[in-house]
Amino acid sequence: MSDKPSISREEVANLARLARIDMSESELDHLSSELDVILSAVARVSEVAGDDIPPTSHPLPLLNVFREDVVKASLTAEEALSGAPAKEDGRFKVPQILGEEA
Amino acid sequence: MIRKSAHEMSSALASGETTSLELTKKHFERIETVDGKVRAFLHLDKDGALESASKIDERRKKGEALPPLAGIPLALKDVLVQKGVPTTCGSKILEGWRPPYDATVVKNLKKNGVIILGKTNMDEFAMGSSTENSAFHPTHNPWDLTRIPGGSGGGSSAAISSFEAPLAIGTDTGGSIRQPAAVTGTVGVKPTYGGVSRYGLIAFSSSLDQAGPCARTVLDAALLHEAIAGHDEMDSTSINAPVPKVVEAAKRADVKGLRIGVIKELQGEGYQAGVLERFQESLDVLSALGAEIVEVSCPSFDYALAAYYLIAPSECSSNLARFDAMRYGLRVGEGSAEEVMNATREAGFGREVKRRIILGTYALSSGYYDAYYGSAQKVRTLIKNDFEKSFASADVLVSPTAPTTAFKIGEKSNDPLAMYLNDIATIPVNLAGICAISIPSGLAKEDSLPAGFQVMAPAMADDRLYNVGAALERELLAKWGKPLLDFAPELS
Repeated sequence: MSDKPSISREEVANLARLARIDMSESELDHLSSELDVILSAVARVSEVAGDDIPPTSHPLPLLNVFREDVVKASLTAEEALSGAPAKEDGRFKVPQILGEEA
Repeated sequence: MIRKSAHEMSSALASGETTSLELTKKHFERIETVDGKVRAFLHLDKDGALESASKIDERRKKGEALPPLAGIPLALKDVLVQKGVPTTCGSKILEGWRPPYDATVVKNLKKNGVIILGKTNMDEFAMGSSTENSAFHPTHNPWDLTRIPGGSGGGSSAAISSFEAPLAIGTDTGGSIRQPAAVTGTVGVKPTYGGVSRYGLIAFSSSLDQAGPCARTVLDAALLHEAIAGHDEMDSTSINAPVPKVVEAAKRADVKGLRIGVIKELQGEGYQAGVLERFQESLDVLSALGAEIVEVSCPSFDYALAAYYLIAPSECSSNLARFDAMRYGLRVGEGSAEEVMNATREAGFGREVKRRIILGTYALSSGYYDAYYGSAQKVRTLIKNDFEKSFASADVLVSPTAPTTAFKIGEKSNDPLAMYLNDIATIPVNLAGICAISIPSGLAKEDSLPAGFQVMAPAMADDRLYNVGAALERELLAKWGKPLLDFAPELS
């Protein structure tokens, strides 16, 4: 464990930003030290990952799976909106997505 | 009646000895008596269950031929959506949400007339091995209420081991059906990946997640397996092939001439002595029945845990992006959409979920992708190859299900790595997409707590699990003189 990967607090803050999770200062401290320990333990996968070994992303050797494009009953708009935190005129009501125009 | 197997309950229903309504009421009475201590459930659907039970009774009265599990109560892990019934996945971010549709597993249960009593507790988004990561409350192991019932499906395993339900549904991404089964003295099966539809199963790690049966006997698990399995066009990873004949296999229970491979790497250091002792005893039993015991080696399994804790978090960091506070679930804070998202996900996700999302985001980021996620995918290939080689010399492979018996609540909650080690023997199966069962092997001598015996079989050879499991179960039952759960302390 001598050459353990070190993950900085700033790096964790950036990852949290990318993952869209607000994090308090103490949470960032805590998580960066925890991630350091976890990453040191999992980094050993590279020891056996030779260039000649193909990756497996999925247990089944599936490519595209097609079915007939048949119109079927699906959720009504009302059902689809039933869990919405806010709605208006049969639509999802969301906070502002784009910034003010300059 | 509530201590009987689902198969026996089914006969009692068919003969008119009891009704589904009576059976369902008895289980709710049991839940009222013991669930204050066990806390297996997050939500009870009493009205829905009683109504379904009455309907089944009416159909039976009219002389209709019903499926074997019609009228039998079941506990459903809260990771599967059920129309109109609160579904949280153990998370605050989904608290109060009522899904507008049924998961295919739920649809199949309803089609088979199974009575869904309620939703069971779990680690948040199925991330954990103890059910302590539930955002709502921990669940207690009926064998010792100060101990964990396993995880992530600890609610399901606790419900069946405390006789709150004869059957339950679990999901298994790295051992979440099998390890809870092992530590509660029950039976749990992770079917072949693609054997049971994932439609309506709230995704944690899509290439690993698989729903399966939890029960008190191997035959009951087989009956439930056949009820939920099969091809589903709503899941593109669902296998379009006949369901393996698992009920027939559970009734056959004959291992004469079968080659059983003991995986060298899944024993020894880190495994509790009493767990290994029970494992060896089960091997001796199978050998006495005429099975041929061989040793196999899977050297890459030493890297399975590391690969899993890169692949599962990577997939989860992508899957959990859907919880964005816009269309359903929790919404917290004000300001722009992004600010609301950030605040909602901070408030709605627990510590382990955040840890894994961040870990996955890191493993997938450019510059680190090859070393972490890419390497983990290569390890996955090596593990698949090890299994293939081993299955060339053995029909099934075996190991202890979990390295230890149930640990104390709180004992490992501040040490993620120690917690992850619980899954060391179950994870390779998920990475390869094959199938496995855990059946009780007895009580470990140190603590008189249940241990599990794991049987693994190639993809779509799920029937072999039930054949071996039922044979071992029959012999051990004869040895113990009564079911293992009869050795557990009385709860009420």
